[in-house]
Amino acid sequence: MTTVEGHKSNGIGKELGVYVCLLALAGLQFVIAYQNLDASQMFSRMLVVAVVEAVLAAMFFMHLWSEKRGFLLFVAIFTIFVLLTMQYGWTDSFRMVSGAPFSK
Amino acid sequence: MSQADLTMEGHTTGLTAGPAFSIPTKKLAIWLFIIADTMTFSACLVAYGFLRNGTPDWPRPFHSITNVALMTFILLTSSLTMLFGLRSARAGDKAAAFRWTMITAAAGIAFALLHVREWLGLINEGMTLFKNPWGTGLFGASFFSITGLHLTHVTVGVIALIAVGLRYRGGRYNADDIEILGLYWHFVDLVWMFVVPLVYLLNLAH
Repeated sequence: MTTVEGHKSNGIGKELGVYVCLLALAGLQFVIAYQNLDASQMFSRMLVVAVVEAVLAAMFFMHLWSEKRGFLLFVAIFTIFVLLTMQYGWTDSFRMVSGAPFSK
Repeated sequence: MSQADLTMEGHTTGLTAGPAFSIPTKKLAIWLFIIADTMTFSACLVAYGFLRNGTPDWPRPFHSITNVALMTFILLTSSLTMLFGLRSARAGDKAAAFRWTMITAAAGIAFALLHVREWLGLINEGMTLFKNPWGTGLFGASFFSITGLHLTHVTVGVIALIAVGLRYRGGRYNADDIEILGLYWHFVDLVWMFVVPLVYLLNLAH
């Protein structure tokens, strides 16, 4: 096998490995769905698995890992910052559940 | 030449020295689109979570995971076939690249058909955008909005796969175009990883 073929083979191996990992993680989400957990525990566990899946897909399927580090940081920091700023409404969501009155 | 001219010249040279982050402009453009689309889907999912959390009689209408499991498997596998297509394109194997791209498109069509079948099943049970027989009508609105937005992305992706694949085979597009399309397709797959647990699995009837 030539060097080029060797690289090609390694690349496919890595991609297949990531694919199997993603399938396993997706399967894990289905297993969690059938566990006897309350909604908040189930939500947090599924979200953690989904984030791991997303990171794997972005890094290796979308080849973000092999891009310039500056670009990787740009995508990561920008995306995480905006995602975090979307979380400000949860307290109000819980207030709706607990029936707390609105302020006047 | 004045100092201002020198400064201006230097500034212009700096701006046009090369593409941002040293990556091709088309790739940067699709990444910016992906980031923007991430915000769109995130906003939809956060709004859905807000409603689900704040609504006491939120329904759990899904009795079987078979359909959604099959859809997940198909979409994940289509990402792998897309990677094979890109690998073939990079290696200059046009026939294989075209074949893998079309296999990816076929997987997208299968996914869309399963999705439509699921929608029709729910509609036959009485679920619409505004009401459903199990509880708050907000469930129908959020379910159809989020899955509909995703299905739209899949449909657009399938059309793009066929169009780009044909043009690549005809010599009008190159491997870079396959890569850019692949980034979009992987993103559609990535979004599904969040839609499945949040919209389907958390609403599974036990």
